[in-house]
Amino acid sequence: MGETILTMEHIEKRFPGVHALSDCHFDLRAGEVHSIVGENGAGKSTLMKILTGVYKKDSGNITYMGKSLEPENPRHTQDAGISIIHQELNLMQHLSAAQNIFIGREPRKAKIFTDDKEMVEKTKELFKMLNLNLSPRAKVADITVAKQQMVEIAKALSFDSKILIMDEPTAALTESEIAELFKIIESLKKRGVGIVYISHRMDELMKITDRITVMRDGKYINTVNTNDVSKDEIINMMVGRTIFEEPKEESTALSDDVVLSVQNLSDGGLLKDISFDLKHGEILGFAGLMGAGRTEVARAIFGADKKKSGDIFIKGKLVKINSPQDAVKNGIGYLSEDRKRYGMMVGMDVETNTVIASMEKFNRFGFISSGKTAKVSKEYVEKLKTKTPGIRQIAKNLSGGNQQKVIIAKWLVRDCDILIFDEPTRGIDIGAKSEIYSLLTELAASGKSIIMISSELPEILRMSDRVAVMCEGRITKILDINEANQETIMHYATLRE
Amino acid sequence: MSENSSGKASKKMMNFSSIGAQKLIIFLTLIVLIIIFTILSPNFLLVDNIISILLATCVNGLLALGVTFVIITGGIDLSIGTVMTFSAVISGLCVTGLNLPLWLGSIICILVGTIIGTLTGLMVSRLKIPAFIATLGVMMITSGLSLVVTGARPVYFPSEYKEIAVGSLFGKLIPGFQLPNAVLILFIMAIIASIILNKTVMGRYNFAIGSNTEATRLSGVNVAGWLTGIHALAGAFFGIAGIIISSRLGSAQPAIGQGYELEAIAAVVIGGTSLAGGQGTISGTIIGAFIMSVLTNGLRIVGVAQEWQTVVIGAVVILAVFIDTYRRKKQNI
Repeated sequence: MGETILTMEHIEKRFPGVHALSDCHFDLRAGEVHSIVGENGAGKSTLMKILTGVYKKDSGNITYMGKSLEPENPRHTQDAGISIIHQELNLMQHLSAAQNIFIGREPRKAKIFTDDKEMVEKTKELFKMLNLNLSPRAKVADITVAKQQMVEIAKALSFDSKILIMDEPTAALTESEIAELFKIIESLKKRGVGIVYISHRMDELMKITDRITVMRDGKYINTVNTNDVSKDEIINMMVGRTIFEEPKEESTALSDDVVLSVQNLSDGGLLKDISFDLKHGEILGFAGLMGAGRTEVARAIFGADKKKSGDIFIKGKLVKINSPQDAVKNGIGYLSEDRKRYGMMVGMDVETNTVIASMEKFNRFGFISSGKTAKVSKEYVEKLKTKTPGIRQIAKNLSGGNQQKVIIAKWLVRDCDILIFDEPTRGIDIGAKSEIYSLLTELAASGKSIIMISSELPEILRMSDRVAVMCEGRITKILDINEANQETIMHYATLRE
Repeated sequence: MSENSSGKASKKMMNFSSIGAQKLIIFLTLIVLIIIFTILSPNFLLVDNIISILLATCVNGLLALGVTFVIITGGIDLSIGTVMTFSAVISGLCVTGLNLPLWLGSIICILVGTIIGTLTGLMVSRLKIPAFIATLGVMMITSGLSLVVTGARPVYFPSEYKEIAVGSLFGKLIPGFQLPNAVLILFIMAIIASIILNKTVMGRYNFAIGSNTEATRLSGVNVAGWLTGIHALAGAFFGIAGIIISSRLGSAQPAIGQGYELEAIAAVVIGGTSLAGGQGTISGTIIGAFIMSVLTNGLRIVGVAQEWQTVVIGAVVILAVFIDTYRRKKQNI
């Protein structure tokens, strides 16, 4: 292993309401594969975004190739030799591999014409270096995701990168493609490239990395040699002891009546054979790592996406749900993780957003009974203690927590008995969070049945009666709250087939 | 928290005032235009000229009203003018060929517009054909069909048909006040459009779909169904415009129609309705339509060549869209 090419010390970063990184450290040597691990929200990607110039650090030092580095923007760091390959590849599908690699810096003839020949030649050399059997003229849209990734790697090489950051590089690859990728990583190591490898897949990390840095809640925990530790030790470091973890309050209305039963649900893609029951007055937590398929389950049940097979029973009766319309008719409400895109009309007022799902109630021969809609909206603003100057307030002017309350009101006005909360506290500050928590508890106590998807384990442990853990499109385990803790959840969340 | 909410409150004030300001600006623009033309030409503010401006606004105004609904959903309709012509042509053929009474001919005219609107709506909402392409196709089809079914010859209505547009119900009640019926119809339809947009479930969904289609769908609203309905409603307005134009001319002219869509869309845009959807008013559209006809009429009266009139109106449209874009950027929508 070579000399140290990158050190990041005492990195601090704050976002409004969040201390995203506090006193974080990271260093990288030439020719090593160094992984950063941590739960969702631990600060891995924030740290990498600071390194690549997407975010500016508040304080701390970065030393790169012996010199101090102040990353200005992604282009600047890429020119300096730090490249990142994102989980979602950034290639132009309709251009060729070579065109993608040299985009923005095409070789030229007579200053104005592109020199395709030279571009193809250069690309051939890069591919040869990577042992990649691919025509430079191949259209990106026509090649496999694995090959597309190789094109990205070739592009990084063409910048003469000293550091290559790979974000979940194996997420979309098959076993044999992963083996291919690892071969290329080995050859990059030999060339002295330092690789930052971000992945949730423990087994892979143990195989490919030289060192592992663990982060938790925006803090640096430790850096270890991969050979010196076991997988379980790493998981323990990732999970640690969490600070604000309140015990689960008893759900008072919980009974054994099954309200919603999902059986053998598959979507023909990620989701495989999803089965679970939701009881009256229960909060069923859905835990898992990013990309495990929790949101997909919610959207499939709600009819937002197509299902391939599987049955849904509501109160013991088989129902057909092919659209959100069907779901709402059957008393299911869905609160999306992405409020602005899927949750509400941010350009419209609180009243419209409150009543939009329940127009039948306010419909008098096609006309809206506006006295009624105003009354109901006001009622729910008071009931949920939504902070708004009035029901005519435009939704985008409300804070995240209050927007969430408006969306909750929307489904309560519609009398939904089954509520699916997808990341109910995402983008909501700490104070408003506990308000949302008590609201969820109250809803369950009033006899609503709740599915709560969350990436925050403390949230899952605090709110759920049972926890369904997902990994790669399957439910790997449904834990009773008594047996659920961070370790068991993490265990099942990384239990690959 | 408290300073947060006060900051938000002031932001809200700004939004409201800027939407109000936008409406005020276009209204003042209309007034200023009228004042300028009155100063430039003594003939501008004569009763005859005012009536001719009002009459000239009717067809474009009705088309603009219809397309306002579509534009608020975030869509577009290019088939406006040719659907109008096609409706009029079919109605004319029914009246002359089958000897149907004129009132029935008028209803047929509205029906044809509604049916074509429904078909357009189905293409956009169910088949997911981009609105621009779907309505471009409908524009060409209806334009061609109008010529096919008439053999490219005008269809002449019985002379009483003229009464619908150029007769004056007001004139009979109040001697001397010869407000043409067409103008009356325009205002009545504007009021109806405004009620639909602001007081009905359809109107509320119209804004919701334009504001965020996916969130509306995920609220359990039958977005495809309502979108089809909105296109059908717009089609009905194009049919009514068909009655007015053929009544004014005394005949259904199969060769006209193209070009009307752009004038109508221009009126809507000048009126402050956002092409991005989710925002718009009927009063804005009506004022926008009047700005266009005042400009056309005024420029002609002060002796500006017709070619230059078009240039000026084009510039006004660009200016209006620029103001809209600038306002949205400031509001950070």
